[in-house]
Amino acid sequence: MEIIVCIRRAPTTDARIKPGADGKSYDPAGVNYDISEYDKFAIEAAIQLKEKHGGKVTVLSLGPTDTTKELRTAIATGCDAAALLVSTGNHDSWTTAQALAAKIKSLPHDMVLFGWNSVDAQSSATGQMVAELLGLPCATVAVGLEVAGGAAAVERLAAGGNREKLSLKLPCVVTCQKGLNKPRQPNLTGIMAAKKTPVEETPAQVPAGGVATLRLDPPPPRPAGKIVGKGPEAAKALVGLLRNEAKVI
Amino acid sequence: MGKFESPDFYAIDALLSEDDRNVRDTVRGFVDDNVMPVIEKHYEAGTFPTEIIPKLGELGVLGATLPEEYGCAGMNNVAYGLINQELERGDSGVRSFSSVQSALVMYPIYAYGSEEQKKKWLPKLASARAIGCFGLTEPDYGSNPAGMITRAVKDGKDWVLNGAKMWITNGNMSDVAVVWAKTGNSDDPKSIRGFLVEKGMPGYDVREQKHKASLRASVTSELFFADVRVPEENMFPKAEGLKGPLGCLTQARYGISWGAIGAGMACYDLARQYAAERIVFGKPLAGHQTTQHKLAHMLTELTKAQLLSWRLGKLKDEGKMTHFQVSMAKMNNVAIALDIARVAREILGANGISLEYHVIRHMCNLESVKTYEGTNDIHSLALGQAITGIPAYS
Repeated sequence: MEIIVCIRRAPTTDARIKPGADGKSYDPAGVNYDISEYDKFAIEAAIQLKEKHGGKVTVLSLGPTDTTKELRTAIATGCDAAALLVSTGNHDSWTTAQALAAKIKSLPHDMVLFGWNSVDAQSSATGQMVAELLGLPCATVAVGLEVAGGAAAVERLAAGGNREKLSLKLPCVVTCQKGLNKPRQPNLTGIMAAKKTPVEETPAQVPAGGVATLRLDPPPPRPAGKIVGKGPEAAKALVGLLRNEAKVI
Repeated sequence: MGKFESPDFYAIDALLSEDDRNVRDTVRGFVDDNVMPVIEKHYEAGTFPTEIIPKLGELGVLGATLPEEYGCAGMNNVAYGLINQELERGDSGVRSFSSVQSALVMYPIYAYGSEEQKKKWLPKLASARAIGCFGLTEPDYGSNPAGMITRAVKDGKDWVLNGAKMWITNGNMSDVAVVWAKTGNSDDPKSIRGFLVEKGMPGYDVREQKHKASLRASVTSELFFADVRVPEENMFPKAEGLKGPLGCLTQARYGISWGAIGAGMACYDLARQYAAERIVFGKPLAGHQTTQHKLAHMLTELTKAQLLSWRLGKLKDEGKMTHFQVSMAKMNNVAIALDIARVAREILGANGISLEYHVIRHMCNLESVKTYEGTNDIHSLALGQAITGIPAYS
């Protein structure tokens, strides 16, 4: 199987994101980057499919040259090849999808995997857009993925907490959700081997987009806490508030 | 307490390569996932977390600087140091397990062993399918290994070993022991040779040393040799005299200098977080001058230690490191880590003695780390020799 995993370099989930001086983008100071959290489930799914069915996993990203770090981490984890479409711009989902789809067309692919959402842009749209551009069937928020007989069996989260089971003819696009698998950690031998694996870097061909960021504002400050009293009476009042006001018990 | 935040006051991260940082972050994640959830329980029970042994092999930390042809990761020495730092951020016992396997068992097999010995043992030790230990210290000979009384006498094609070793990390878990013994007269340290004693060899026995108040999540053992017949092919062909074991110790002490930083970082970060949250006299403990003075002292010493070990790693990679420089780093970094642990314990007050907050565990562990692999006193004498040219210990 030829599998392509599209990943995004994004702030780590514990990063403190705050608006930068331009008021439009976040301040990168003190922010550490990693593979966007949900993309890790896509990488693990690809490696598991390769282990079961054989083949090759190529990891692909659009981003600044620093993204080679995340691509090498993917290789250290078990992916076979990496390609980076170099761009320092902040692109919306549609233009990102066009750049990725153009590259994917030039690569053999039985399956293209994405994380269902990126932890920074949070548009949860790129995977579906790439599927549209490639004319491929697509399943989103997958929590189960198997391949047999030229088709992918996908279990996905549906409305009301229901589980929907789909069959997609290969090649197809699947976006991956937490619960699909437990992403493995790269090992140190893999990290050393990844050093020797070249990352193909080409300038990204990103068309002009129709979306412009106007402002990025911090969330409103959290309201002050409320002290309901002292002693046993306070416990009673607290339970009342939790039950009637917060409605959590 | 919140997630661990690594202090980096002098932007030392920028001195590390991307691969070095990647290795460090990978091991840090491993420790968070596999060591931190179980270490308190094991420390209290006095057991080593054996469940992590295969995972350490899979991760590739064992013998990480040795070549890939033997199943190792082929890393540089800064990356190896960072591995030790992260493991000891978890627990000194876990780092000791890895140090012994890497620097005291795999390194001598690689540096002094025959090709057959390397092929037989290194891949197994790298993947943790075999565990090793290092027998140098004896009940009556610690800082003065030249006085050892364990003897090996040639008998036909075998060597016959008699004697005992003590304070041996991993002893009871080991499939192979690197044992140092005199092959000549008892007053002839030049006759010291290294042997690979294998589990199950008749006359070879081990006994775990219990009742420790330090390094409780680590196996410490006595090794006994009563007419143990060791085949000639199990002797290291390329190590003669004390230089053999001392060469191993230089490797291990290098790793310890980094490991101590990890324990110190853990204690500093715990104290910093605790001080920010704990309210005393109506304001955070961190807002009191005495606490700030302590935190400033801790961070300063940690930063100096980080720079010391980073430079030492670069020198080691360039082949320019001396064992005197290693003595300085081991002596300094363990001493400051122990000091930081003690001060952190003070900042945490009564909570500081609870295993739940980790600092007392690090503090007790570091008392051992200060003593093993050359006490602070011995390392200061090594430095004294480097300064004056006069060895005070001979």
